[in-house]
Amino acid sequence: MTAATLTGAPPAPARRPSLAAGLRHTLTLAWRSLVQIKHNPMELLDLSIQPVMFVLLFTYVFGGAISGSPGDYLKFALPGIIVQNAFFATMTTGFGLNQDLTKGVFDRLRALPVARWAPLAGRIVADTVKQAWSLVLLLGIGMILGFRLGAGLPGLVGAFALLLAFSLAASWISVLVGVLVSEPDKVQIFGFMVIFPLTFTSNAFVPTETMPSWLQRWVEVNPVTILADALRGLLVSGPVAGPVGQSLLWAAGILAVFAPLAVRALRRRV
Amino acid sequence: MTYAIRAEGLVRRFGATTALAGVDLAVPTGAVFGLLGPNGAGKTTAVRVLATLLAADEGHATVGGYDVRRDAHRVRQLIGLTGQYASVDENLTGTENLLLIGRLLGLSRADARGRARQLLADFQLSDAAERAAKTYSGGMRRRLDLAASLVGRPQVLFLDEPTTGLDPRSRNELWDIVRGLVADGVTVLLTTQYLEEADQLAGEIAVVDHGRVIAQGTPEELKTRTGGQVLAVRPTDPADLPTVAAIAAEVTGAAPEIAQHTVSVPVNDPRALPAVVRRLDAAEVTVAELALRGSSLDEVFLSLTGHRAEQDVAADADLERIPA
Repeated sequence: MTAATLTGAPPAPARRPSLAAGLRHTLTLAWRSLVQIKHNPMELLDLSIQPVMFVLLFTYVFGGAISGSPGDYLKFALPGIIVQNAFFATMTTGFGLNQDLTKGVFDRLRALPVARWAPLAGRIVADTVKQAWSLVLLLGIGMILGFRLGAGLPGLVGAFALLLAFSLAASWISVLVGVLVSEPDKVQIFGFMVIFPLTFTSNAFVPTETMPSWLQRWVEVNPVTILADALRGLLVSGPVAGPVGQSLLWAAGILAVFAPLAVRALRRRV
Repeated sequence: MTYAIRAEGLVRRFGATTALAGVDLAVPTGAVFGLLGPNGAGKTTAVRVLATLLAADEGHATVGGYDVRRDAHRVRQLIGLTGQYASVDENLTGTENLLLIGRLLGLSRADARGRARQLLADFQLSDAAERAAKTYSGGMRRRLDLAASLVGRPQVLFLDEPTTGLDPRSRNELWDIVRGLVADGVTVLLTTQYLEEADQLAGEIAVVDHGRVIAQGTPEELKTRTGGQVLAVRPTDPADLPTVAAIAAEVTGAAPEIAQHTVSVPVNDPRALPAVVRRLDAAEVTVAELALRGSSLDEVFLSLTGHRAEQDVAADADLERIPA
């Protein structure tokens, strides 16, 4: 250790971080979440292999039975698979946050002069990038298998925007879970316990006609159904305005309920 | 004298547990100050309050002259934190961890990279720079932790049990690093459960137990304050240990301890030694070793708290983890 490493005038202390500084912190922390993938191949597997596998399995195993042919089924199911994947992907936010909390990384970050909201915001930005990557991958594999965009570029852009907006809202549920549970694995358990039934009791994979009427009533209001319909409208064909509006309402509702709860839980925990 | 850290009447409760029961501290600028106490004593809670991570229920504290609550952001620009609870990111490499912190502190990409390279070299981590931190050994992890807290050239450094769980060699390396930092003018607040560590590094020590500072002073002052000396007797035949203990108890009026075939008992009266020797002779006990020495911090701790520092470690290990 030389003297030169430790001397040198400290920057004049500012009372609060500026908004610009906060945004810079957010981007730096987002970079950190993304660069982790390099050292954690399991996460790459989660992000890439799993969606591809779902598309292939659903299309070729269920496709014929449900829609008569894998090609027809893909048109119906790909938007649903995209929605399911997005729901699961929101869990990475809570998983990573819980890991930071339990391992002490969060404390290290909070002891630095960074904006209070930046660690969380950085994580959410990074997870939005991961969402975008999964979406590109799913659409890509779909295209290879014969999926065609029915509403062109505007529809594609709209689908992207809607899905990312919805995931952004839904990731607050994940943040809440991540703060409340004691270890990262429990976030994943929650994901399976809640997201599996939630996404399967929808019209994501199967048309609702054959379901019992009591189930149909739930399926119609399930946000997974609504979001899947919105994506079908934007990517293939069908009504757009209704399901898109309802999806945004759901997103706003989830945000309004879970963001304050999550922030409060986080404040209590740290 | 200027104080880098001042705390007055810090109280912090976690439910029914009182982690801090009114802690006052004054750490002079440029000093190494040791917070010594067993697990669960409140050391980590105190550090977390001073490092702006936790709000105290009562009392107030300043670091570098700034209030840790009202001016937390300013305090954070002055401090570095290394400890059990402030960790590096295991999924990043050594370089990436230091780059991350450099960038968060507002260094340019080039400066952050240069600073990371320099710190890794200073801490003998250059060879492991591009490996994920989860592959590091315990000693390497601590060095990286410490390097991470030095990226911003802090004026005040909090070291929360920096050597717990390290082998003696890694511990000595870390001690040398800390001595180097102090030579460069950094104020260090060190928490430790190892009396030897406090004795080695700290110019002043506060002994903490059950959320209170129960004694404070230089290691020497503490040793003298609690009196006296320790008489240690090791009989040739371990079977004589109970006899020796009984004699020691009778002569000194204090409760002797038996460890490693040696009976130790605190003594305040200079006549105790010859008295013990006479009684041992009368009882026909032969002695392999007999010594009168100044009390170590171990005994200081014992006489202050009524219990040994190390024996509580296992029992209380989980206690502090939950609230902290």
